[in-house]
Amino acid sequence: MSQTDLEIVVDDPTAPEDDSPSVVSSGTIEIVVCVLLLALAVTLGYDNWRTGASWDATGPEPGYFPFYLSIILGGGSLYGLIAALLARRAAFESFVTRAQARRVMAVFVPTLLFCLVMQFLGLYVASFLLIAGFMRLVGKIALWKSLLTAFVFTAIMFVTFDIAFDVIMPKGPLEAAFGR
Amino acid sequence: MEALGLLLHGFAVLLTWKTLVLMMVGLVLGIFVGVLPGLGGPNGVAILLPLTFTMDPTSAIVMLSCIYWGALFGGAITSILFNIPGEAWSVATTFDGYPMAQQGRAAEALTAAFTSSFVGSLVAVLLITFLAPMISSFALKFGPPEFFAVYLLTFCSFVGLGREAKHKTVISMSLGLLLAGVGMDTVSGNLRMTFGSAELLRGINFLVAVIGLFGISEILLTMEERLALRGHAASISLRVVLGVWKDLPKYWVTLLRSSFIGCWLGITPGGAIAASFMGYNLAKRFAKDSESFGKGRIEGVFAPETAAHASGTSALLPMLALGIPGSGTAAILLGGLMVWGLNPGPLLFVEHKDFVWGLIASMYLGNVVGLVLVLTTVPVFASILRVPFAAVAPMIVVSCAIGAYAIQNAMFDIWLMLGFGVVGYVFKKIGIPLAPFTLALVLGNRAEDAFRLSMIGSGGNLGVFWSNGLVGSITTLAIVLLFWPVIDGLLGRVGWTRRI
Repeated sequence: MSQTDLEIVVDDPTAPEDDSPSVVSSGTIEIVVCVLLLALAVTLGYDNWRTGASWDATGPEPGYFPFYLSIILGGGSLYGLIAALLARRAAFESFVTRAQARRVMAVFVPTLLFCLVMQFLGLYVASFLLIAGFMRLVGKIALWKSLLTAFVFTAIMFVTFDIAFDVIMPKGPLEAAFGR
Repeated sequence: MEALGLLLHGFAVLLTWKTLVLMMVGLVLGIFVGVLPGLGGPNGVAILLPLTFTMDPTSAIVMLSCIYWGALFGGAITSILFNIPGEAWSVATTFDGYPMAQQGRAAEALTAAFTSSFVGSLVAVLLITFLAPMISSFALKFGPPEFFAVYLLTFCSFVGLGREAKHKTVISMSLGLLLAGVGMDTVSGNLRMTFGSAELLRGINFLVAVIGLFGISEILLTMEERLALRGHAASISLRVVLGVWKDLPKYWVTLLRSSFIGCWLGITPGGAIAASFMGYNLAKRFAKDSESFGKGRIEGVFAPETAAHASGTSALLPMLALGIPGSGTAAILLGGLMVWGLNPGPLLFVEHKDFVWGLIASMYLGNVVGLVLVLTTVPVFASILRVPFAAVAPMIVVSCAIGAYAIQNAMFDIWLMLGFGVVGYVFKKIGIPLAPFTLALVLGNRAEDAFRLSMIGSGGNLGVFWSNGLVGSITTLAIVLLFWPVIDGLLGRVGWTRRI
């Protein structure tokens, strides 16, 4: 039978504080998103109109279907924009607090760097650097554990995809040095 | 019955060592994905899809669907032991599951959850076995207007019946349909919305978008939360299992009701989340002592789990029979079908009997094996949560990148994935639903082709969508559903108020 006592406890020392001030309200973000979507709808709508959004002898032209979809998207975003502008500011909760934003950036920035580094060093080296770096710098996990985990995971991925399943990933100078 | 013979054939297809091993691998990976924070059914299936690219379609779908069953089982473990729903559809399971764990009845709650998941899936699979061939043979008579009407019905019911703000569903869906049209037009060969970019020529790949929207964005969202957790460890003994099973017949009404709700909401795009809450609420309403719910009542675990699994499984019915997915995960499996070179739709039952019946047979077998697996391995999977998120997060990012790149071997897709990750994060936070977007992106081209073929056939007359009884009623139903909130309001005003 099971026991009542807590047996699995994991702490999160860098958790975002609950009283952290809000950076931006979700109302502001809603307005920004609606404006961006509206701009997208206008751009795509124009492009489709240029391609041809009417009827010819054989039926609807290539731009017909997407042109009307752009109008629907534009209508939806315009409605959303007006609704968000008219709503009381107090009705919106915080989109993200400062502490949360810091944590999100702590994972987003490494991911961005990972995508950049991959272009030059290949996916596997970039993966090793991402996992080891993230565990060490963000997770504050012991260096040897970070390096070992990163190496084992990357090696498993390499064996699974490159060798067992023949799914070829971008590679860089390191793989080239080993002739793969 | 013909279906039974074909099902037996399906089992014969399935019973090879290779398929059985893939099934186990799929289930274990699935439970893993269900237990870990920041991953879930749709993400898991999307990320692991590249593994199947070189497999034959039957092995591939068996493994992927097993990942899905595993994820459904896995969600219950964290809900009950840690009060952390791994998936939104497990939220209702925490109401009574976690109190049971606190009272030292964790093993009982877990057994109840797994068993009812099994029952829910079984009912849905039975439904698929007998209903899907009938629907698909009926749909073989469909022409382009009928297909467009069915697509329209799917889209409209999302808008009309969804719980999110209507304009947000409309935004999400029209954006998905638009992005589906980027690239070369399949009918005329013209380029659309590429703005001279060679990368956009191929179009925006559905799976790349899904990996970004669900995988990357989920990591960003998970990081926002406090990741500390405290939970109960539990192992399940045979005595507890038999005890729960002995009492099972007492709850047949709850199980049947939840299965029915789940199947209904799975086939229509209501989804597993709505099903689990509805199953729970109805069980509570019909109970004699409804105030004991939320304090560790076993029925409170049975009801939502049965409904969620019945819904998750029956979402595959419209995908198999009509080529229209009933859920986000089903949409990803549909994307998989296309990658493996199969054409989803009613012809699947005629042209690829081995594939369809192998999949249906794997639903039976996968659920039995899955049940045994989770009942015996709970302690192992619960301890996965001890692995720090700082190690899990970068590994998920790497898996996402491998998945996104492998689909078309394009570096551009890595950036697209990152972009969709940000979009998914923002959309989720401001309440723009992602499911309609996913569905629209995967169905967009097919819906447009059906529309254009209908128009070419009718010489541009929109009346073709009302040209016979069948297509007319589907189109009318679609429009009624689109304006359902308005119609419902009007009916309420003239005194036809419904009470459900």
